[in-house]
Amino acid sequence: MVRGLLTKLIAAATITAALAGCSDADFSDAEKRTIVSMSLAALAPLPPDPTNRFADDPGAAALGATLFFDTGMSRDGNVACGTCHKIDRQFQDDLPRGIGVAETNRRTMPLAGVARDPFFFWDGRRDSLWSQALVPLENVLEHAGTRTAYAHYLKRRFGERYERIFQPLPELSMLPASAGPFGTPAEKAAWAGMSDAERKGVDRIFSDIGKAIAAFERSLVHGKTRLDRFADALAQGRSPSAEDDLSAEERHGLKLFIGKANCSTCHTGPRFTDNHFHNTGVPPVAGLPADRGRIAVVDEVLADPFNCAGKFRDGGEEACGELRFVQKSSPELVRAYKTPSLRNVAGRPPYMHAGQFATLEQVVSHYATAPKSVEGESEIHAVALSDGERAALVAFLKTLSE
Amino acid sequence: MTSAWRMVVGAFGLVALAIGFLSVVFLTAPAAPGPDLARSKNSAKGLYALSIAPEAGEPRQGDLHAWVVTVKTRQGAPVEGAEIAIGGGMPEHAHGLPTSPEATAYLGDGRYRIEGMKFSMTGWWQLKFGITAPAGADEATFNLVL
Ligand SMILES: [Cu+2]
Repeated sequence: MVRGLLTKLIAAATITAALAGCSDADFSDAEKRTIVSMSLAALAPLPPDPTNRFADDPGAAALGATLFFDTGMSRDGNVACGTCHKIDRQFQDDLPRGIGVAETNRRTMPLAGVARDPFFFWDGRRDSLWSQALVPLENVLEHAGTRTAYAHYLKRRFGERYERIFQPLPELSMLPASAGPFGTPAEKAAWAGMSDAERKGVDRIFSDIGKAIAAFERSLVHGKTRLDRFADALAQGRSPSAEDDLSAEERHGLKLFIGKANCSTCHTGPRFTDNHFHNTGVPPVAGLPADRGRIAVVDEVLADPFNCAGKFRDGGEEACGELRFVQKSSPELVRAYKTPSLRNVAGRPPYMHAGQFATLEQVVSHYATAPKSVEGESEIHAVALSDGERAALVAFLKTLSE
Repeated sequence: MTSAWRMVVGAFGLVALAIGFLSVVFLTAPAAPGPDLARSKNSAKGLYALSIAPEAGEPRQGDLHAWVVTVKTRQGAPVEGAEIAIGGGMPEHAHGLPTSPEATAYLGDGRYRIEGMKFSMTGWWQLKFGITAPAGADEATFNLVL
């Protein structure tokens, strides 16, 4: 009888302990809400881009796709957007730093969901998808072309398509074959020698090239992952199917991701990003030019003639809030880089803004140890994570693959 | 069964019950009391009475949005022509606001529109309003939990 009572007491204590959430396999209601908020099902529809009136024009998107993969859109005829943004590789290139005409200083970013960003590049130096697309075209390490060369090329190869979508092309025959504000000294001089009206006409064509490419890029979206199916089952209060269920280790990693490891503070929501810039103490790469992150490009985005405040924007200036109220001078911007989405992250090493880390294990180790930043203050605080916990985080990150 | 055995069993039972009880208390107890979430308060030196409200519904994480700040004297007279400086951040993360909000319009009756507000993370945010008007300079800090 006494033994029976003892057994009952032990059973009662065990059940109560289980109810109190002592098991790693269980998620609290608050954790469940967080997990559900990370599902693609929680992603709002893509908002319109009133600054690009061709953003949702299928003809513009088709021309944009053509231009995106056209190596003719470069100085040497060998570089397209798709050279680094590879269509079968998540629109990135698996390299520490992208290689156009020469090696760049930054890791190529994947493009799924990119149209939802308020600022572009790792440091946010452009404020629209269409103005972003223009920068690599003139960067001497990437496409290395010039503005008038692109205008001539577009008219020659795609003039009819362009005019059907955008507007009649101006006469270009009297313009230099290659001139622009970022070319060789001779090309810069030739650009300076053109009239204001001529430069404006070329800038208009150039901005339309960006708008067409942006229209195409708006179609690049994330697909469902195991985590999405697991979260959707949680949301509907049903058990996930056998292949969508997370293993004990993956659940443990998920619990750490949204809990003790603090990952979801920045890697938040269905895109796993807060769309902001942070100094997380990622070390510079030896041999690259000094890189101060966001603080170095605030003036650049504010002065960009193709920014939201400029004359190539469509629609009203009410769309320009992000630029108008951009954080301009905070010390937090020093060596601050964009929080990247973590969707499909396991399939695209190396990591960070200049490919500093070869594996997810190294990334997790960096965030666990939180080294000091070479300049400015890292926002990260060290977290004691055992080998098993680090492995669980990596296992969880692999559930974010399509 | 000896009485010593009974006492061991009894003690074990009590411990088990106590664990059970504490677990239930722990599970159902409200979280630690959060910061003061009042949206109307007097400024630090008592010069002004401020109240704040989002202009179009409660803000969502990541959305650029506007607030309306109403500034009155302690006697309830609307304060016109105030200069308003906006600051703040997340005290637990030691970072500031992700944007630079500004007072962009006077709406009358002591009300000012604050544009460019954004909360990039969930959690505890502070908003600080520095008010400069003929009555003097003062400031007030509000807490928000997203
Ligand atoms: Cu924060």
